[in-house]
Amino acid sequence: MPELYHQTIAELSAALEAGSLSSVALTEAVIARTDSVEPKVQAFLHRDAEDALEQARASDERRAAGKTRGPLDGIPVGIKDILAVEGQPLRCASKMLDNFVSPYDATVIAKLKAAGAVLWGRLNMDEFAMGSSTENSAYAATANPWDLERIPGGSSGGSAAALAAGEAIATIGTDTGGSIRQPAALCGVVGMKPTYGLVSRYGLVAFASSLDQAGPMSRTVEDAAILLQAMLGKDPLDSTSIAMPEVPDFRAELKTRKGPWRLGVPREFLAEGIDPEVKANIEAAIDWYRQQGSEIVDISLPHAHLSVPVYYIVATAEASSNLARFDGVRYGHRSAVADDAISLFTKSRGEGFGDEVKRRIILGTYVLSSGYYDAYYLRAQKVRTLIRRDFETAFEQVDAILSPTSPTPAFKRGERSDDPLAMYLSDIYTIAVNLAGLPALSLPSGFTSDGLPIGLQVIGKAFGEADLFAVAHAFEQGHDFHLAAAKL
Amino acid sequence: MTDQAHLDIDYVARLARLDLTAAEKEKLGTQLDAILEHFEALKAVDVSGVEPTAHAHAVENVWREGDSAGPVYGPEILAAMAPESRDNQVVVPKVVE
Repeated sequence: MPELYHQTIAELSAALEAGSLSSVALTEAVIARTDSVEPKVQAFLHRDAEDALEQARASDERRAAGKTRGPLDGIPVGIKDILAVEGQPLRCASKMLDNFVSPYDATVIAKLKAAGAVLWGRLNMDEFAMGSSTENSAYAATANPWDLERIPGGSSGGSAAALAAGEAIATIGTDTGGSIRQPAALCGVVGMKPTYGLVSRYGLVAFASSLDQAGPMSRTVEDAAILLQAMLGKDPLDSTSIAMPEVPDFRAELKTRKGPWRLGVPREFLAEGIDPEVKANIEAAIDWYRQQGSEIVDISLPHAHLSVPVYYIVATAEASSNLARFDGVRYGHRSAVADDAISLFTKSRGEGFGDEVKRRIILGTYVLSSGYYDAYYLRAQKVRTLIRRDFETAFEQVDAILSPTSPTPAFKRGERSDDPLAMYLSDIYTIAVNLAGLPALSLPSGFTSDGLPIGLQVIGKAFGEADLFAVAHAFEQGHDFHLAAAKL
Repeated sequence: MTDQAHLDIDYVARLARLDLTAAEKEKLGTQLDAILEHFEALKAVDVSGVEPTAHAHAVENVWREGDSAGPVYGPEILAAMAPESRDNQVVVPKVVE
């Protein structure tokens, strides 16, 4: 058996249920592991061991009283520093929110608490979720547990690295253009972005409101299914949240949905700009599905190559508007040298935001500005329609789409810091999914010759989470990549 | 498009209420021009007759039905979040002469 801190929710909840393990013992094991490896990994921005143990004790007391709340009760789950947890710091890895403490729980957090999860720490990220390497954090440089010289991906890099390092049993990330799936791929774990609207955004600090979704990160597809089940639901506090007509029992459906499936492979995604080892790995995964009886369908997403420009117009436009709230007046950083109202805004923002956030605010403000709105923002929204239609057409023929998650494995720290465009292009396979509002998942599909994890992306139909999980679960069951653990 | 894409960084920074140093302006200006070049690919797409997508799923405005407003926070909680407050009010520099 692997160490407690490397086990799955499914395994640990069975042990808790059987009485062979207590939440306190499990939480202590996770805390001790974190204390031991955190100096190398630096996945956390804040952690409060006593608070976690108190939650664990409450879970054990519920269980003793016969009032346990399901498979997540007593399981330590790490939280990205972008979701509000009442009474805990929320900084979005930004100097702008250095002293901010959340006055309330995000809906996702309230739901995890209701499910009995032990909320464990605040996980590092790119500042305001803007980045693909977690190098844009104002506080810490998180390392990839598989190679400490390399980045963990981003923006949910702390969530992915903590999981791969055994510092949490599962974590929660957010995904605007790939920020759950890309770090999951680069750290060898499962990361799932739900259909837009399935999970409430209330209490999630907004980056690009029409794209942001919170989702689970875990060791297995089954664990992701357990987590999503607890997280989803229409919320009166988020008018863009949507009620699934009938919510399936995702975990139970894994046993009944066995395929074979019709699986689409977008020819554009394996054409150019992809690392040869990643390409060979994904082709092998596609072959595996074919051998298992699934039909592989060659499909085309003719506008997918425009996803990067569309995304960096739409997302920065929304960000420039969302981040206008950080003005030094009601909360967050205030400049000490401002002497009038305008300089209070400009200096507080100039001092509080980091480079990438400034870059995106400027870009977003520009594409919305008078004279450029039609040429950039409106045109990007129209091309977004074409991207969405490409997927609709493809899904008339197939049940799910297979692709790489990231064109390369984890790159070295500092390698792309001065080239924002190169960094943006690392999201090429993930962002079209956000633009179309679809669910997608990355799962471990092997390793490079240097031992770096590679991720396979499975894209589903809108609200087709049950099939998405089933397709991914089948691959996972046929392989043992998810059982490998980084050596620290 | 024959004109080189170019962003007037002083003007845009003023619109964004964002103070930038001279070094930041120079670096950002060069990087953003390169990114705008990349955006040029969109200009080649025929979008005539295509409706813009603002949201992945059609969303409609939501009207309150006389339901309660949900959690409300007291002024002492909200004012305490401000960088400077006095008597449950946010203190800011003088804005009118």
